[in-house]
Formats: sequence, C-alpha cells, structure tokens
Amino acid sequence: MSMGKKIMHWVDARFPATETYEYHMSKYYAPKNFNFWYFFGVLSMVVLVNQLITGIWLTMMYNPSAEGAFASVEYIMRDVKGGWLIRYMHSTGASAFFVVVYLHMFRALLYGSYQKPRELIWLIGMGIYLALMAEGFFGYLLPWGNMSFWGAQVILNLPAAIPVIGDGLAEWVRGDYIISGITLNRFFALHVVAIPLVLVGLVFMHLVALHHVGSNNPDGIDIKKLKDKNGVPLDGIEFHPYYTVHDMVGIVVFFICFFAVVFFFPEGGGFFLEPPNFETANALKTPAHIAPVWYYTPFYAILRAIPDKLGGVVAMGAAIAVLFLIPWLDRSPVRSMRYKGILSKIALTIFAISFVALGYLGATPTSPTAVIMARVFTVLYFLFFLLMPIYTSIEKCKQPPERVTGGH
Amino acid sequence: MNTLIKSLAGLGLGAALTLTAGTAQAAGSGCGTFTNAEGVEEHLACSEAPIDFTNKGSLQNGAKMFMNYCAGCHSAEYVRHSRIAKDLEIPPELVEKYLMVTTDQIGDHIDAEIDSDIQASWFGAAPPDLSLETRLRGDDWVYTYLLSFYEDPSRPWGANNLVLANAAMPHVLHNLQEDLSADEFKSEVGDLVNFMAWMGEPNRHNRQVIGFFVILFLLVLLIPVYLLNKEFWKDVK
Repeated sequence: MSMGKKIMHWVDARFPATETYEYHMSKYYAPKNFNFWYFFGVLSMVVLVNQLITGIWLTMMYNPSAEGAFASVEYIMRDVKGGWLIRYMHSTGASAFFVVVYLHMFRALLYGSYQKPRELIWLIGMGIYLALMAEGFFGYLLPWGNMSFWGAQVILNLPAAIPVIGDGLAEWVRGDYIISGITLNRFFALHVVAIPLVLVGLVFMHLVALHHVGSNNPDGIDIKKLKDKNGVPLDGIEFHPYYTVHDMVGIVVFFICFFAVVFFFPEGGGFFLEPPNFETANALKTPAHIAPVWYYTPFYAILRAIPDKLGGVVAMGAAIAVLFLIPWLDRSPVRSMRYKGILSKIALTIFAISFVALGYLGATPTSPTAVIMARVFTVLYFLFFLLMPIYTSIEKCKQPPERVTGGH
Repeated sequence: MNTLIKSLAGLGLGAALTLTAGTAQAAGSGCGTFTNAEGVEEHLACSEAPIDFTNKGSLQNGAKMFMNYCAGCHSAEYVRHSRIAKDLEIPPELVEKYLMVTTDQIGDHIDAEIDSDIQASWFGAAPPDLSLETRLRGDDWVYTYLLSFYEDPSRPWGANNLVLANAAMPHVLHNLQEDLSADEFKSEVGDLVNFMAWMGEPNRHNRQVIGFFVILFLLVLLIPVYLLNKEFWKDVK
C-alpha cells in the first residue's frame, strides 16, 4: 500500500471520509440531461462562499457604531489596500445572490422539482430564501447611509401595523424610539453571526436532502426506475467528474458577468448601491423616494398595493408564505413543464411576468396608474397559487418518456 | 454540447439585459425642472462632465480650484492631502505650500476653513461635505449645477440656480465666469468636477484598468475549462 492509501485507510477507520466523498461526489449519480437552469444551484454556493469570505474581511475593518460606521466604509474604500474590491465584491455579491437564487427557484417551478419526494428540499430551500432576505435586510443597514436608515425605518415600522401591541413591538425590535446605533449593533450581530449560521446549516440540510432522494431533471422523470446490473441508473452519470467540470464552465462565465459589474458598474445603475446611500444616515432628511433594494421590490409593491397598512403587511407575508405550499398545491401527475398542459404553461408565464412587473413597480415612485397596475399584478400573483390545484388537475398532460431526453 | 453553448449564451444575455436596465435607469435622472419666462415647466438635461482620471493636469487644476473656491466653506472629510499628492502626482512640498491650510498636516483630511455652525447662520444651512457629492448626485449633475447659476436679485446672494432652485450656495465662481470666455469657464468647471469625481472614488480609474485584465484572464481561462468539459463529456452517450 502506498503512503497516501495508508493514511486514507487510517482516516476511514475513524471518520467516513471516502464514504462521504463517494456518496456525494464520485458515486452520486445525477441525470445526464441537466441544462442551463441547473447552473444556478452551484452558483448560489459560489456566491455564498464569496459573501462569507469578503464579509469576514470587511468585518476586520468595519466599525459597527452609528458614529463610525459610514466613515469606516469610506476608510475601507480609500485607505485599506484592496478594500474597495472586497467591498464591491460583497455589495455586488448581495445582488448576485438574489439573481441566482431567483433563477434557481424558477427552475424548480419549471421542472416540478418540489414535487414528491422533494417536498422537504423545497421547504428547506424556502427557509434559505427567508434567511437570505433577513441577511440582506440586516446587512443593508450596516453602511449607515441615508437609504440604509430610511429603508430600515419603513420596514421596522411594519410591526406597528399590528393592533394593540404594534407600537411596543416595533420599539422592542428597534431597541430605541427611532433607528439608532442600538439597532445598528443588533443588526450587525444578526448579520455576521446569527443568520450566516442558519444559512450554512440550512444549505447543508438542503444538499443532504437532495442527495438522499436524488436530483430531478428537465424531463421530471425518475432516473432510478431503470438501472443497470450494478444498480447504477441508466440515465445517471457520476457527479464528479462530469458535473464538476461542467459547473466549472458555468462558474467561469458567471465570474465574467459578476466581475464585469464589480469592476465597471459597481453601483449597478443605482440598483445595487443606491445614490442616497452616499450620504450618512440622517433622521431629519428623508430621501425623495424610498425604495428597498431591487430584490425585495416585488413584495414591497404588494405591500403598497393594499390601501390598508395591516392588510398590506398581511398580503406581503402571505405572498412569501404561499410559496411554502407549492408542493401541495400542484396536483399534476407529471413534474416537468415539458409534459404539463397548456394551463400550467400560461399560469407560470403570467406569474413570471407579474413577479417582474411587481419588482419594477416596487422600485419606482407610486402614481394612481401604478397603484392599479400593482393591484392587478398582486391578484395575478396570488391566482397562480390559489388556482394551481384546479388547473393542474383538469388540464391534459403529455406522457413523459421512459428515458431522459435532450442535452448531449 | 449544444445545450452548454445555449446555456452560456443565456447567461451572457441575462447579464447584458441587467446592464442595459442599469444604464437606462442612470440616464433617466435629469438635472431639475424649472419654470421658464413664458411660465412653462421645462426639464433641464444634464451636460456630460469631462471625466478623465488620466489627465493629471486637469485633476491638478481641479484640486487648485477646489481648494481656492470650495474648501473655504466645504469639507471633504474622507480625502487626505497626502492622497492628492500621490494620485495627482504633485510633490508633497507643493501640496503643503499651495493647497493646504498651514495648520494642517499632510496626512489630514480636507476640513472647511470656516466653522459649519457659523456658516449655517450665514446661509441658512451648513454646506454639505463634498467627499462623495459626485456619487450622491452624479458627475453630470454637479457639472450642470455649477454651470447653471443665473442672476436673481430676489435671492439673498443675488444668484439662483436652474438645477437646484433657491440653492443656499452663493455663486462663488461669479468673478471667474466674468473674467473668462464661456468655453474657458466650462473647461475650468470641468477640471473641478473631474477632481470632485476623483474625490468621490479615488480608485475608479484603477478599478477599470484592473477589471480589464481580470475579465481578460477569465476569458482566457474559459478556453481550457471549456475544452476540459468537452473532453470528459465525450463518453456520455
């Protein structure tokens, strides 16, 4: 036995190193027909790692206090060697995270990846999405710019809509009568310790659950039904090396897009870094137009579409909560949109348009026409879910093939 | 393999759309609304500021303008004199002699010469810090603003502004504007805004230069990564 083998033998007797590697990588059989949409899972992991690493370095130089936060960000941008790069990678990474996660979620809707037996993968994924929204929200206050302040002011006032206990609850969440250094400090703790722990834990569970039941594919058929004499699915290939080399191509292309933004458009046209955030938080100076960062705007549009404040908060919560129910709302006998009927295709198209339209409306100043449009798209958004049990069960589906199609 | 190419095209298209949307948003912000002599509301389009960080002469002249006309009242609390010397290639002795207040050290940040509380009582508002003004308002906004003062006897300082109606700031470049031709004045203001853009993000030019090489490296890296993938996937039937 070679030295390397001896060491692995010693380790394997004490820790399941080889076993774990084989289970998750070299003997994990993934369907061979993954397409474009299947890059966004691994890209989410790449962005998570980027956020963790750049975040750790920012924490070394950032000053979490109302007096020093804004100046410390400028210190990072000007006096710390390479600080501007770390900061832009982190701020661009936040937006990139939501880009890849939204596309990853859309993939699940497209190919029914939430259907039995993958309901738990979907639920854990939704947990990741919630944690991500919280992480983004807490992180956005930290530069202590004026939009950080007023954005947090709007959102932390939402609990005040609850009858009787609302005002006390809002004050308890803020830790002060207005957003202050106290709020900043608790957001810092949540952003750098609590939520990242939750995120990493949930991502781990997401992968464990995925590898337990196996990956879905664009045809939405079960590749484990047909196996060769060794028990390997006929349409499955080893994740490593096939999908590791495959994902590397996607990662490099993603990096080209990501770093093009980091180096040439770090403000993202005012969407990634909003102009009012280049002046320090000021309780006496409200920005002309308060908009949350683009990744929350669909839900913000729903909040503003409802004339009643409590109703708006409930609708916004419901818009997120209803996503958890998808595995049980979809009654279709098939998973993939390729074999679902015309009603599902129309519904998903309308839903995607509504989501983007709400995102646009939530980012722009409101007007009477915009309010009506936001209401229409809010109704369409909810109809996608509420009518799903009906249209998925009455439509005529195509028969999925026995073996996977497309791809190579 | 077709799928992969389609995928890559998709990713590229997505990025292009994002960037187009971003640019559209940036271009949409105008430079103020005002009522003209006929009582009709007009929107003022921003003029494009001549930003060029490689033009050291322009940046140096801008620094001189800033220290002479702006720094009396405005601070730039994140900008160090020593950084001006280094990035603008001005010998530190000259910065100390001509650009700084004698009580300052070369490593200090730019501080307004007049106390901001006193100024608040003079002008009605304390002048804002200008370190990040171009990032807050945009280079073109600041440029257009500085070029848009006009005489208005109804204002306490005799001047008003088309971009920012009833601005508290007096027209500090008034004498300069009278002494110079229109083009010379524009060029001077252009240098000043170029310097202010540098103050807003001193690493802006560096960032683009480094970015060019990073993207170039990634494009070259894509070739072996793509071929490696192709080689492995040959056996997948």
